[in-house]
Amino acid sequence: MSVPARAAGLIVAFLIVVGLGVFTAVYYIGGTSLLPTVHYTGSNGQVNVVLQEDPQNNSATKPDWVSYYVQDPSSKQWIHTTLFSVPANTKVNMTIYGFDGCTPLRNNFWSQVQGTIGGTVTVSQFDQKGKEYVTNDTTSVINAWSNCNVGHTFAIPSLGVFVPVASPNAQLSANNLCSSSPCTTSGNPYAQETFSFMTPATGGVFRWQCLVPCGGGFVDGNGGPMQTLGYMMGEMDVVS
Amino acid sequence: MTSTASTASAEHAAEPRHGLRLVVPWLILSLVADLIIWFVWKPHLPPGDMSTSAQHQQFDIAVLAISGAPVLIGVIGYFLYAIVVWRAKPGDDSDGSPIHGSTKVSAAWIIGTSAIVLWLFVFGTVELIVPAGAGAGEGPSPIWQLAGKHTAVWSPGSDDMLQVQVIGQQWVWTYRYPQFGGMESSQLYLPVDTPVEFHVTSLDVIHEFWAYQLGVKADANPDVDNIAYTEPKTMGSVTVRCNELCGIWHGAMFNYGKVESQTAFEGWATGVQAKEAANGVLAALPAYALTYDPTVIPQLGQAVVKVDGITGAAGYYYPSTDPVQP
Repeated sequence: MSVPARAAGLIVAFLIVVGLGVFTAVYYIGGTSLLPTVHYTGSNGQVNVVLQEDPQNNSATKPDWVSYYVQDPSSKQWIHTTLFSVPANTKVNMTIYGFDGCTPLRNNFWSQVQGTIGGTVTVSQFDQKGKEYVTNDTTSVINAWSNCNVGHTFAIPSLGVFVPVASPNAQLSANNLCSSSPCTTSGNPYAQETFSFMTPATGGVFRWQCLVPCGGGFVDGNGGPMQTLGYMMGEMDVVS
Repeated sequence: MTSTASTASAEHAAEPRHGLRLVVPWLILSLVADLIIWFVWKPHLPPGDMSTSAQHQQFDIAVLAISGAPVLIGVIGYFLYAIVVWRAKPGDDSDGSPIHGSTKVSAAWIIGTSAIVLWLFVFGTVELIVPAGAGAGEGPSPIWQLAGKHTAVWSPGSDDMLQVQVIGQQWVWTYRYPQFGGMESSQLYLPVDTPVEFHVTSLDVIHEFWAYQLGVKADANPDVDNIAYTEPKTMGSVTVRCNELCGIWHGAMFNYGKVESQTAFEGWATGVQAKEAANGVLAALPAYALTYDPTVIPQLGQAVVKVDGITGAAGYYYPSTDPVQP
C-alpha cells in the first residue's frame, strides 16, 4: 500500500474514533438535557412539591418501567421527569401519590421514616372507588413486610432523608392497579403521603432514589429504572 | 615488560577508592532520608493514627519507606557516580573490564537482596498477625483475632468486644448492633479504646466497606460474613466509602461515622435501641443473623415471591440468585 493510501486510512480511522466519541458525548449530554426540570418557588419559607410513582410510564421506549412523575406547580400537569429545583434553607412540604403496588423492602430498616420534620409521614389510602380506608395516619414506620403497604421509597441519602412511600394495600396491589400513566386519583387505588423536610442552607444538587429493588428485569432489581434519571432516581437542585 | 607492569601499577595506585566514595555519601544521605521519613513524613502518612489498624498501616508504610530509601539512594547514587566517573572518554570504544568471577560482588549482591526480601517477608507477616489482620476482612473464620470478650451485652469500661454488622446495599450502608437488641442505624458510631469486630455483608451485589480513618477495608459479599477488627484510639469523624464498583451510584455510596467516648456511645446506642423498640422498627427487622436472604421474610416464614399479595413492582420480586433477565 502506498504512503498516501496509508495516511488516508489512518486519517479516516482517526476521524471515525473522534466521531464516535463526539456522538457518545452528545448523545448522553443531550439525553440528560432533554429531561425537563420542574422549578418550585418558595413562599414564606416553604415550598410544596408533588410527585407520583406509577407501575408504568408513558414513554415510547420504556413504557413498562416503574416511574416517578413530578407535578408542574403552575399547570398542575404531570411531567415525566425526576428533576426538580427548590430554594435553599426552605421547608419542603412533599406530597407523593403512590399508585404502584406494594413490594417488600430488601432491608426492612427502610420502613422507618428518617430525616423528616418530626420523623413522621402522614398517610391516607384510597381504593379504586375513591373510598378512603386509611385517613391521615401519622406514623414513623410503614412496615413493608408485615403489612405490605410500601410501594417504593423516596431517599436523599446525603441529607439523611429516607421515607417509605405508601402503596395501596396488598389486596388492591394484586388487582386494580392503575394501568395508564400518568395515573389519576379517579378510578385507581392509591396512597397519598405527606411529609416535610428542610433543604440545606447552601445550594447544590442532591441525588434522590428509591431503595426498593424495583428495576424489573435487571440483576437484583437495581438496574434499569433504578439507575436512570427520569424514572426511579432523580436530582433535587437546591438553589441558594 | 617491566615498564608495562610499572605503568599498570601506577594507574592502579592512582585509582581512587570508589567503594569508599560511594558508601560514605550513601550512608549519610540514607540516614538523613530515613530521619526525614520517620519524623517529618510519617505523622502525615495515610490513613492516620485514629485506630490500632490505622496506626499499624501508617507504621508499615513508614518502615517500608525507610527500608526502600537506602536502596533508592544507592541505585541512583551509583548510577550518577558511574556516569560522572566512568564515562567513556572521546574515541574510546573499548569494553569495560569484565566482572565475572568477583566473589565479593556476587556475595554482596546475593546476601543483600536476600536480606531485603527476607526482611520484607518477616516484617509483612508480623504486621499482618499482630494487628489481627491489619484491618482487612478475614472471612467468616478469622485466623487472627483481636483480644476482647465476646459478650451478649456491651458495657463501657470493660474489655468487651463491640460487634458491629455492616450491611451494604445499592447504594447505602447501614449498621446493626447485636449487643443493643439488634438495632440498626444509618450512622456508624463507635466507642474509643474498645476492640471492635465488624461483620461485613451485603444484601445485593459486592460492595467493600472502607472506613478510611480507621484503616478498615473489607469486602461486603452477599451471603458472606466477612470479619475485620480494629480498636479506635482517637475520637473524631470517620468517612465510610464503598471501594468496590457496585453500580451507577457507587461513587455516592458513602456516609460518615463518629468515634466518641464510651459513655457517649452507650447513651447513643441505648437511645436508638429504645426509639426503635418504641416505634416498631426492632420488631420489623429480621432477627440478627450473620447473613440475610433478602428473598425471605422471616416474620412470615416464607419466600417473598410466594407471599400472596406481595407481587413486587412489575409483578415480581428480584432474588439475588435468580434475576429476571430482560
